[in-house]
Amino acid sequence: MSLDFTAVTAVDVSRHYGRRKALARVSFECRAGDIVGLLGPNGAGKSTLLSILATLVAPSSGHVEYGGRRSSEVGAALRARLGLLGHDLYLYPELTARENLRFFARLYGLADADGAVGRGLAMAGLVERADDQVQGFSRGMRQRLALERALLHAPRLLLLDEPFTGLDQASAAALVARLRGLQAEGCLVLVATHDLDVVDGLLTRVLYLRSGRLVETTDGSAGLRERYRRVMQTS
Amino acid sequence: MLRKAVVPVLGLSMVLFVAAPIIIHRAPYEATMGLVQKIFYFHVPAAILMLLLAITCGVLSAVFLFGKKQAADWWALATAELVVLFGSMAMVTGPLWGRKAWGVWWEWEPRLTSSLMLYMIFVAYLLLRRFGGPGAEKLAAGMALFGMANVPFVYISVNVWRTLHPKTTVIPNLVPPMAWPLWLCFTAFLLLALALLAMRVQLEEQRARVESLYLAAEED
Amino acid sequence: MNGFLRVALLVVRKDLTVEVRSRELIYTTLFFAVACVLVFAFAFVEEGRALDDAAAGILWVSIAFSGTLALGRTFERERHAETLRALLLAPADRPALYVGKLVGILLLMALTEAVLVPLVGLLFQAPVLAYPVLLAGLLVTGTLGYAAVGTLFAAMLIRARSRDVMLPILLYPITVPVIIAGVRGTAALFQPEPNPDMALFWIALLVFFDVVFVTLSLWTFEPLMTE
Repeated sequence: MSLDFTAVTAVDVSRHYGRRKALARVSFECRAGDIVGLLGPNGAGKSTLLSILATLVAPSSGHVEYGGRRSSEVGAALRARLGLLGHDLYLYPELTARENLRFFARLYGLADADGAVGRGLAMAGLVERADDQVQGFSRGMRQRLALERALLHAPRLLLLDEPFTGLDQASAAALVARLRGLQAEGCLVLVATHDLDVVDGLLTRVLYLRSGRLVETTDGSAGLRERYRRVMQTS
Repeated sequence: MLRKAVVPVLGLSMVLFVAAPIIIHRAPYEATMGLVQKIFYFHVPAAILMLLLAITCGVLSAVFLFGKKQAADWWALATAELVVLFGSMAMVTGPLWGRKAWGVWWEWEPRLTSSLMLYMIFVAYLLLRRFGGPGAEKLAAGMALFGMANVPFVYISVNVWRTLHPKTTVIPNLVPPMAWPLWLCFTAFLLLALALLAMRVQLEEQRARVESLYLAAEED
Repeated sequence: MNGFLRVALLVVRKDLTVEVRSRELIYTTLFFAVACVLVFAFAFVEEGRALDDAAAGILWVSIAFSGTLALGRTFERERHAETLRALLLAPADRPALYVGKLVGILLLMALTEAVLVPLVGLLFQAPVLAYPVLLAGLLVTGTLGYAAVGTLFAAMLIRARSRDVMLPILLYPITVPVIIAGVRGTAALFQPEPNPDMALFWIALLVFFDVVFVTLSLWTFEPLMTE
């Protein structure tokens, strides 16, 4: 059973761990073709929100709708349309780049696994290093590979948690270009990041998160740093 | 409703516990063991309750894990603590009785070993809840479930060796003067257990309410 | 069903590949198991002869201890780059992931036992070759029961605090029947007048245990792994 959607809606999503509130009644909507920025200080709840959107964590209250349907209604098939790139990259260090991609391609049950792996390696620019173990890669190379791993199954919703951390300028620019390409293909991208200068001009919507609460939502993103400072000061 | 029930139940239990030593004293001496046997009036109810509460905890854990009912977790925690409480009582009174009656502190036979394993499982349950960090409630529920499934196997596997423990048939065949104090003590223990359960669950309920108040307060 | 087995085999193959590259688990688990046997041998040997049934007991305790280490390390690997998250994120059947991990552990423990059994036979003059089929039956069913519960517990403890000490605390009480059956069955085979019927009884009990606990693990894996 295949499932697709063009809009993701969070409705009053809250998540608490005992007394600690990670998210409080976060509501927003985004559509395919959006690149949504999730900005906020450390501990604002960005990672928690991404985990909830990836269906790895259940909200304490509220729900998320994917094309009008909740994850509890749809089940495992939904995960085939989601991609997550976490802080820890989710790569097996002892496997080669090719083996990592091939494992996940087969795990997702892709019809043309080898083709997808080849394309992924090419997009990551790692064809010459395809048969080297990942533990020998630099952070930038691992990031590129991890991104391609998240994109193997051509997800509709791509969630990125601090993807620009530790990247040099060239790698960051390459990532930005990749995201623009995905946007053109109709992918819905959500990026949690601190690197405001890098994403300036890239984002179509911006969600400002602070202490678990969504304090402001804006469109477009010129002059991001200035706006961020203003929003965080007034809220 | 829980709150109202606690005081009368506890009160009744205390009355029975006060009456117990008198009744026990009046009960006849058992032929071979004499005075020592009278510890059985406390040991047996404690052991029975330990088993009953353990089964209850297992069932509640399944409800919590699969039915996702939060209240079931409070009851599971409360019953688990009582399993350890009554289990400790049984594990202390048992060897005391055994030493005097049969000359051994411990014997590796089915009933004793299964009870000990059950006791260990629930101590592990409490350790997990205490030291397992956030989200440990679910894991502990899984542990309780596995513990339940485990007990029959322990019993059967130890059963291959000889049995020293009096068979269960002792209880139905008790002469009335001995049966009566036993049922009295059992009732006293049962009422105590219920009262303690009610109080403990109430505590968890209030803890959850305080937490939700904290969470609600932060929203302003 | 086809998808289930496919995913499980995929996980097994991935684990084998990783292990063959680093060989960390194989070497450390084997060495630890051998060290275990030796330490217990020193404890239980009196005037050059082991106490009765010591061989059987030492064998199974060493299996249990080295199994605990292997379980901990296997899941520590999945925790390292949070790859377990990536596994859970895939649309694959969660129980299939459990089965894949279980098979991996079983292979590692089989390798360990292949070294331990001859070692025990040598050190304690135990007749390991007298009833090879029955002994293998005990080892297979016992290890399966132990690993089934161990894999579930190790997986569910990945996100818990104090997970290193929690695993033995939770695992040992539950696997007591396995140890009892394994030791008594092996002892029945090692004793001066072997009792193969007794060993068969224990094997039957272990099979029953395995069925119950593998089913229970498959059933509870998904609720225990999701937050």
